[in-house]
Amino acid sequence: MVVNCEHVWREVSNYLDGEVDPELRAAMETHFKECKHCTAVLVGTRNVVQLYGNERMFELPAGFSHRLQRRLAQQSSSYGFRNVRSMWIMAVAAAALVVGGVALGNTVFRQPETKSPLAQTPHGIPPNLIVYVSDDSRVFHAPGCKYLHKHDDEPAKQMTASEAMKEGYVPCVRCLRQYLKAEVECPRPSLNSPQWARQSNVSAPPTL
Amino acid sequence: MGSLPQKMSIQVKSADPAEIREQGLIRRVQAGEKQVFYELVKPYERRIYSAAFAILRNEAEAEDAAQEAVLKALTHIQQFRADARFSTWLTQIAVNEALMKRRKAHTEIMEPIGEREEDDGTYTPRDFADWREIPSEVLERKEIRQKLADALSALAEKYRKVFVLRDIQHLSIEETAEALGISRASVKTRLLRARLMLRDLLAPGLGGAFFSRLPFEKGTKPW
Repeated sequence: MVVNCEHVWREVSNYLDGEVDPELRAAMETHFKECKHCTAVLVGTRNVVQLYGNERMFELPAGFSHRLQRRLAQQSSSYGFRNVRSMWIMAVAAAALVVGGVALGNTVFRQPETKSPLAQTPHGIPPNLIVYVSDDSRVFHAPGCKYLHKHDDEPAKQMTASEAMKEGYVPCVRCLRQYLKAEVECPRPSLNSPQWARQSNVSAPPTL
Repeated sequence: MGSLPQKMSIQVKSADPAEIREQGLIRRVQAGEKQVFYELVKPYERRIYSAAFAILRNEAEAEDAAQEAVLKALTHIQQFRADARFSTWLTQIAVNEALMKRRKAHTEIMEPIGEREEDDGTYTPRDFADWREIPSEVLERKEIRQKLADALSALAEKYRKVFVLRDIQHLSIEETAEALGISRASVKTRLLRARLMLRDLLAPGLGGAFFSRLPFEKGTKPW
């Protein structure tokens, strides 16, 4: 096998790396013995490979390792700091969520201030006042109140005001409004009115 | 992350104690023991620095790129596959980091040598003067090292990458091909061009003033 210069130039790198087959290697070595130019190419290329591949070509700058370790440590610590900080942020956020949730719950689910006269605490009603209740209503009435539900088959039940309140009845805002704090317009006359007195045999309760 | 090697399937053939220890360290770091990462990187400090310096030819920038590469490797250690070679993976990150840094700095004022050439074209050497081998002691001189780095930096990126991985990092042809995602044939062709271009680039200086104090024979070029 005979090789020319161009063939040698194409294969000189492979020759240095041992990537040519024995026949080509032998042919190239023969050529090198005869050709100064190709020998110059071979030696120059080998110099390139040897010098660049030498460890001394790229010496580490003084303190390189120390600075690298320090930077790694900084990143680790900042990573840790971020973790700690994020944990604190999460804790504070969770606390805020709980407090906010409670506050919101209070706002949403809190019983609104009782404004209805029906819900007012009937402090002014005499405990022994005789009142009437019916089974289909939670309101107790003074005798003769037109708003007392009356049933033919089942008469209104009589009890004292304290008993009615204990059982959960609330006063009628119309017939008992004089005992309540709230002012409610009532189309019915008061217990003290002559009309009430005429319709009822029960004397008007004393005013507290 | 674009600069991280996405695929690496180089098999670790041997199982010597150093490799077993390295694999153990990798598993520990992946499990969260980040403080042992430096132990993992330490054997390759010079390698990643030299890869960065070969591309950036500036000590400070090369060190910064090497550090960035190490930090990036730590951040993405979960992406490292057990069947890959850690040193190759780390080197690739360093090369990519340095190339990215170089592109950002817009340091390529002149067109890189070989940029327009095709891989399959024949490269003809320019200098055929008499040569002799250069002793490695010349590398003690910083100006020689700088000239070598400057010459490497003048190459087009595709040739420089192959040369850095193959002749500076001493990766095999297969590893270089795998790392760059090119064929073995392309590695060989680019490597040939890179070597011959470097030889021609260095011939004028290294043939004269650089070695004036070295005991070369009269009438011969050291390069």
